[in-house]
Amino acid sequence: MTNPTQVHKVSQNGAAAIHVEELRRQYRMGDTVIRAVDGVTLSIRSGEFVALLGSSGSGKSSVLNLIAGLDRPTSGSVIVGERDLAKLSREELAHYRLHTVGMVFQSFNLIASMTLAENVELPMRFAEVDRSRRDDLAREALTRVGLQARMKHRPSELSGGEQQRAALARALINRPRLLLADEPTGNLDSHTGSEIMNIVREFNQQLGMTVVMVTHERALAERYAQRLIFLADGKLVGDESNGAAAAGAHSSSSAGEQR
Amino acid sequence: MKLPDLTELALRNLRESVLRNALTTIGISVGVASLVAMLSLGIGLQQLASRRLMKSGLFDTVVVTSRRDLRGFNRDDERSGPAPGESRILDESTRQQIEHLPNVLEAYPDIRFITELRFDDKPHLTTIAALPASARSNDAFESVRGNFFSSDSAPEAILQKTFAEELLGKTPKPGVDETDVKDLADPLVGKELTMRYAQREAAPSTDAKAENADATYSVVSREQKLKIVGVADLDPESMRGPTRARVFMPLGLAESLHVMQPTDLREISRAASDQPAYSSISVKVKNPAQIKAIEDAIKKMGFNTFSILDATRSLQQFFAVLDLFLGIFGSLALAVASIGIVNTLVMAILERRREIGIMKAIGASDGDVKKLFFAEAGAMGILGGIVGVALGWSIGQVINAATNIYLKRQSLPPEHFWAVPLWLVGAAILFAFLVSLAAGLYPAGRAARLDPVQALRYE
Repeated sequence: MTNPTQVHKVSQNGAAAIHVEELRRQYRMGDTVIRAVDGVTLSIRSGEFVALLGSSGSGKSSVLNLIAGLDRPTSGSVIVGERDLAKLSREELAHYRLHTVGMVFQSFNLIASMTLAENVELPMRFAEVDRSRRDDLAREALTRVGLQARMKHRPSELSGGEQQRAALARALINRPRLLLADEPTGNLDSHTGSEIMNIVREFNQQLGMTVVMVTHERALAERYAQRLIFLADGKLVGDESNGAAAAGAHSSSSAGEQR
Repeated sequence: MKLPDLTELALRNLRESVLRNALTTIGISVGVASLVAMLSLGIGLQQLASRRLMKSGLFDTVVVTSRRDLRGFNRDDERSGPAPGESRILDESTRQQIEHLPNVLEAYPDIRFITELRFDDKPHLTTIAALPASARSNDAFESVRGNFFSSDSAPEAILQKTFAEELLGKTPKPGVDETDVKDLADPLVGKELTMRYAQREAAPSTDAKAENADATYSVVSREQKLKIVGVADLDPESMRGPTRARVFMPLGLAESLHVMQPTDLREISRAASDQPAYSSISVKVKNPAQIKAIEDAIKKMGFNTFSILDATRSLQQFFAVLDLFLGIFGSLALAVASIGIVNTLVMAILERRREIGIMKAIGASDGDVKKLFFAEAGAMGILGGIVGVALGWSIGQVINAATNIYLKRQSLPPEHFWAVPLWLVGAAILFAFLVSLAAGLYPAGRAARLDPVQALRYE
């Protein structure tokens, strides 16, 4: 926040949940430097549902990891709320991930040795929430994604769709403002994928969470996201709002009701 | 993360790869067991030695000698204090003075002399010592066969077992079990001994008014009949100081005889009187804890002192060194076990790379991850410590029992040379815990620094 222009931009765009400025992330592999993210600037408003699109190696997952605070930029800044993630300490970044961000992944990333309930309440252990409250909140979150009957099961006993729903419940548990999803339907068939996306949209519309989803399926993005951002070779190559998202939302939610 | 959560997660993780963690924990147990076994052996031996000293009945006794007695027990005593020639002699007045010191039960002179005893008209040369009436309650005289002296001035004698054997002409053959005291006492008790001794007698002064009266006394040969009342089976090794003799007689009788003492020759210039000088005085103390204070008080009066505490002081030093070495050897096994912890935890990091990545992605801080690995190391340490103490205790019991079976075969009394005090139990578990935490230092740090993006990238 030492750069006054950045502060100015954030305050000007008051509703911006995430502001990314000249973001670069370079990896060194032997003698070659890989520019995974190469000067990306974008703003995402609070409550938006944004899809990051691109082929593999386009840098979309790298941008997501930088927004998630899992990685640090080589240069540039990621401003979430009022904080520049690039300037936070490791401890502060962990706190940010715990309270501001919920994440879901293509491979679900549930801990195999824990039951669903334990997986869902794990972030609350890190947040030092009392045990009695943890149990109630975990049950509530699992009920929201329709898994109340599966609380005592381990991830390996569940289908992919059920595992991803549990991962969504876990992402929700500390009431974060951001939901970051990295190919959430990549390992699922299209029907199960739609179920998951409906839950994501529900979080976006009912809970007001800002959603950033990385995907390479343009059709999926057009159906759910309000805005499509295209990346190629670490650079921003397109940014369009998606008018069809509202209609898509309507059609898929009615389809969900028919089921 | 809070401690209960940390403990729960750590125990859960330990259960996940139960074989590997159990083996590591057993490694710690063996280390702790060897430490406990070594140290309890050291402590047990120390207690055994102390018990032996206690049994000698000298733990509450201070032996006082004149500084003129150049056989001083302690070289330091010779250098400090008045020169031997100027120092006081031990006589009846000093005995009373010492007896009036606080916390002193009694102070009695040690009378001991070498003389000839006739039994069945055969002469036997031996050392005779006088015993105070209080010796009756001494542990060492519990084993007297027959009776203790009927009174403090009765013409009676108690024989040491070896002397009884000599009187009866029984010499113990080497390798054969010693004769029973009962067999010796039965033919001897009630019989009479004739003691020949030299009496010191003040010479009647020819001129009482002479200021410069020469110290003169005469030595008169006398005889005294003594009735044998008992035979004592004393361990000659444990009989230290004044009681080291083969025949005992009552102190009151001994004093009344004015037997010529070896020290008398050195006191030749002393004015003749009925007040005898003693070669040493034994001081009984109410409580062994006060020995030091009383020793100091008597030293201040200008005498040399010796107590068993002086002997135990060097003994304690010896055992401190012994314990140190036993502890070092015992700790070696624990050090090896701690390398096992490092190995196990580093393996766990490789195996749970992804899990660590997940935890970090959903908000675990470096500290949370570090604490989790510390908790796992600590839990293994405490579990290993508890099992190890139990194991070490069992090993001790087995070795103790086996040794006692051996001692019994050798016709020796059983001994308890193994002691596991409560503080050792606590200290061993705490030590195992701390060593495990130290072993967890590197793995925990490594797990905490793990890059979540890298950890989550690969399936």
